[in-house]
Amino acid sequence: MFRTALRNVLAHKARLLMTVLAVMLGVAFVSGTLVFTSTLSDATQKSSQKGFDGVDVVVQPHRSDAAGTPPGKAPGLSQALLDKAGKVPGAAGATGTVDGFTAIADKKGKLAGNGTSSRGRNYYPGADGKDARFPMTSGTAPKGAHEIALDSGTAEKTGYKVGDTVRLSVDGPVREAKVSGIFTTDDGAVSSGGSLALFDTATAQKLFAAPGEFSEIDVKAAPGTSQDALKAAVDKVLPDTAESVTGQKMADDQAEMIAKSMDSMKTGLLVFAGIALFVGIFIIANTFTMLVAQRTKELALMRAVGASRRQVTRSVLIEAFVVGAVAAVTGLLAGIGIGAGLRALTGALGAVPEGPLVVAPSTVVVSLLVGTVVTVLAAWLPGRRAAKIPPVAAMNSVHAAATTKSLVVRNAIGAVLAGAGIACVLGATAIGADGKGLMALGAGLLLIGVFVLTPLLSRPLIAAAAPVLRAFGISGKLARQNAVRNPRRTAATASALMIGLTLVTGLTVIAGSVQKGVDKMATDALKADYVVGMASMGPLSPDVAAKLAADPQVTASSPLRNAAARIGGETESLTGVDGKAIGELTNLKFTAGSFDGLGTPGSGRAVVDSGTAKQHGWQVGSSFETTFEDGRKGRLTVSGVFEGNDMLRGILLDTSELAPHQKHPTDAQVMVKTKGGASEAAKDALTESLGKNPAIAVQDKKDVSEGIAQMINLMLNMLYGLLAMAVVVAVLGVVNTLAMSVFERSQEIGMLRAIGLDRVGIKRMVRLESLVIALFGGVLGIGLGVFFGWAAGELIGSSMSTYELVLPWGRLGIFLALAAVVGMLAALWPARRAAKLNMLEAIKAE
Amino acid sequence: MTSPHTGVLTATRATVAARATDLTKVYGQGETQVVALDQVSVDFRQAEFTAIMGPSGSGKSTLMHCMAGLDAISRGSALIGSTELNGLKDKKLTQLRRDKIGFIFQAFNLLPTLTALENITLPMDIAGRKPDRQWLDQVVQTVGLSGRLKHRPAQLSGGQQQRVAVARALASQPEIIFADEPTGNLDSRSGAEVLGFLRNSVRELGQTVVMVTHDPVAAAYADRVIFLADGRIVDDMADPTADRVLERMKGFDARGRVS
Repeated sequence: MFRTALRNVLAHKARLLMTVLAVMLGVAFVSGTLVFTSTLSDATQKSSQKGFDGVDVVVQPHRSDAAGTPPGKAPGLSQALLDKAGKVPGAAGATGTVDGFTAIADKKGKLAGNGTSSRGRNYYPGADGKDARFPMTSGTAPKGAHEIALDSGTAEKTGYKVGDTVRLSVDGPVREAKVSGIFTTDDGAVSSGGSLALFDTATAQKLFAAPGEFSEIDVKAAPGTSQDALKAAVDKVLPDTAESVTGQKMADDQAEMIAKSMDSMKTGLLVFAGIALFVGIFIIANTFTMLVAQRTKELALMRAVGASRRQVTRSVLIEAFVVGAVAAVTGLLAGIGIGAGLRALTGALGAVPEGPLVVAPSTVVVSLLVGTVVTVLAAWLPGRRAAKIPPVAAMNSVHAAATTKSLVVRNAIGAVLAGAGIACVLGATAIGADGKGLMALGAGLLLIGVFVLTPLLSRPLIAAAAPVLRAFGISGKLARQNAVRNPRRTAATASALMIGLTLVTGLTVIAGSVQKGVDKMATDALKADYVVGMASMGPLSPDVAAKLAADPQVTASSPLRNAAARIGGETESLTGVDGKAIGELTNLKFTAGSFDGLGTPGSGRAVVDSGTAKQHGWQVGSSFETTFEDGRKGRLTVSGVFEGNDMLRGILLDTSELAPHQKHPTDAQVMVKTKGGASEAAKDALTESLGKNPAIAVQDKKDVSEGIAQMINLMLNMLYGLLAMAVVVAVLGVVNTLAMSVFERSQEIGMLRAIGLDRVGIKRMVRLESLVIALFGGVLGIGLGVFFGWAAGELIGSSMSTYELVLPWGRLGIFLALAAVVGMLAALWPARRAAKLNMLEAIKAE
Repeated sequence: MTSPHTGVLTATRATVAARATDLTKVYGQGETQVVALDQVSVDFRQAEFTAIMGPSGSGKSTLMHCMAGLDAISRGSALIGSTELNGLKDKKLTQLRRDKIGFIFQAFNLLPTLTALENITLPMDIAGRKPDRQWLDQVVQTVGLSGRLKHRPAQLSGGQQQRVAVARALASQPEIIFADEPTGNLDSRSGAEVLGFLRNSVRELGQTVVMVTHDPVAAAYADRVIFLADGRIVDDMADPTADRVLERMKGFDARGRVS
């Protein structure tokens, strides 16, 4: 049996080629994902491990959320604590670290580094006057407020040398500093392309924390002291507002975090690999169905000479196994290649730390298993069908055609599934946000229902194309009839394409609608001409707000100042605004009250968004007690309730209410209105007055919209890229079906050539058939995608008031055109084969 | 285009519908070279039913394929009407087959997706021509398919399918019809019917038919039988009967056995 199966595979090499390719692509996707993620994970782990090599115990600020303690960040760690920690029994010394965002401008004024990480920290010289973590390759350590040291990677990229003056920014205002030295480090963020600037400790403390405060203390263990013993010793000297962690635990936590983030990336990629494989199943099933049909006589003969049903099924499955194994092995190799390629690509972009290519044994096993199991499973039904061929079929010259009876059962099942699916989806949209599970179930049922119904749908939908096809004369007519000749085959082929297009269309509809909604939410409520913030989204110095308020071209401005507070035992964030100007800068919809009187100093007024109001049961006039950052208490009165959005929500109050309680205030953003309204010139003037600072972004409404659009488009393009594989596999499926059909119909094609249809006509016939099948799949996919997009939008809309369905007609047109292109491309080779067919061979009686 | 069926039988007897002159067909090259046709010269006269006979491998099918423009000619000349086939490009050759030649195959070769009527008008559909309604009705009636035009091939018997094929060949009024073992897949009664139609189309409609067969009974329906052996014409028999043809064929067998 095995020998016969193997011979069959070899005899049908060409006919199995597309199937092998389809499985191979799916497996390559799987193994490529596994290789790439394990390589990346390994490299990142190693690099982070290195970072913790010299660390024994780490002390960090810590604040319990218990009531009675002041809200907000815990105070920094003092020099006194550092000195104490360094002298506990078993400690060999302690190093203090204070760090934060630091943007370095390159010589053209642009942000240096790739933007992933722009950090600054302190240089903490040890007893020998050197910081062992940052060996200087040239120059000296930074001293004083106007010197920094740069990491060698950034220095090389920007061309800065010792003695050069560098512009940099920590929280908005531009500073200038002289490069005192260049150092190397094995910090993971730096080795993957980030920039790191070192200040002397006093300067760094002033910039990132407060004078005399550290954000972290690393305690080194004396030889012979374990990390745990040292931690126990350190814990004894720690105040309530600090905690200690061993280096090992930090490394383990980090490793776990990396593994987790890699896992979610891996899962995400594997989902798409799964989709590609799922599409492949249709092709495999199609191929084996056709092979079985072509070999009816042969299989019947085997039955006639005594092979059992089980043996016949097994012979088909063995054949599938061989095909799957070949495809899995080539797919695995291709996947390793893809992994290596991606590694090289990301390596060249400098986004990830260096490391060797990792091909884990599990990758090999999973890839091989996936390839063979999927193929054998997909061939199972055709195998069963093969067993049902009666031995007498060997004697008949014509085997019975597929009856329409079985389609009746199929259609009934499909209709029930699709109906239930639609009902679930519609039900879910009625329920709203809680209907997610029901909608997923409905979507699944509907999709399966449509798969099952595709043969039925093929006739009317393809008949609808008849008027167009008629223009192509006899070729068009024959193409249409050939396309519906075997509805199951056409359906399976079109379904493969449908899957990809459903997902692409659905995602596009959702993304477009969400973008519109977010955009509306952000810009509708905004009357300000500009929003100024850190490019890093980090905290902005209040100096910027002050500077902007003083600018003669600015007519109104307000910061959005961050402040923590504790209200009723819960930590809440307060937003400080300019109570007088905020009304001019925003267009918030008030359900009760207004901004009036917010700017009156000492009034204790606050406006809150409706969500917060509902949560606390507040109304206009309600007053509540709040604990400020410094631990002092105050009372605030609600003077207005508004509909919040992404930018403005929570509790808004005048900055003057916060000022007495904040030592180091920071702003999230500053809203600005200028004399002439938004214009390129005004924007340039603002940028100029802020010192042409790469760390600060001045955005008008258009920039905000574009920012949102860009983010969503980036995501969408990534998804398109990932779904492309599923479409490529579907193209192979169309090629496969056409090639098989051409092979099966060679006699007819020969006759058509003999009675006078020229090669062009034959080619056109095959191409049009391909086009019809592809467009059929395309129309179904786009239709389903729009429906799913609409349904998902109903769910999103229930939690996002500005959501509205946007049908991107242009894109939908492009998708349909894409389906047509897929059809044309897929037909290239089969059409040529058909046209080249030897007439005499073809028309010869069998 | 002239309509052969309106022509007077006796006046067109002498006109040649197709002619082979020193027609040579060689397959393969060098050592493996096989001469399938060796300088064959023959005229196929208009409104005449010619049968080509010969043992397997005699070149009878090759002769038909070359004359019908289905296979390339190695040397010599083959004319359909006044058109030289040798050297014609595929496009012209296809056009010639479409417009001037009718085909009937052993395996019927109908398109299963088309109805009987659509199969009959297929050559004209390919050419983008409207069929001559009156002529079509006459052909359909002649082959006795009037009630079955809406049927698909799978719903017709073998004999009926071959009658559709005959109607297809006749419908476009070609200058010449080539039939390749048209009764090979039929029982004797259906075969006799089909051969009767072919003979009638020659006698009554003035059609020209060339048929390859190995069946002496089928050959007896023809006006003339050409015998091929080893790629050469070895005999030319007028007004054949089944017995005479069988007798002649036996001669080949005997000679085959001797040599």
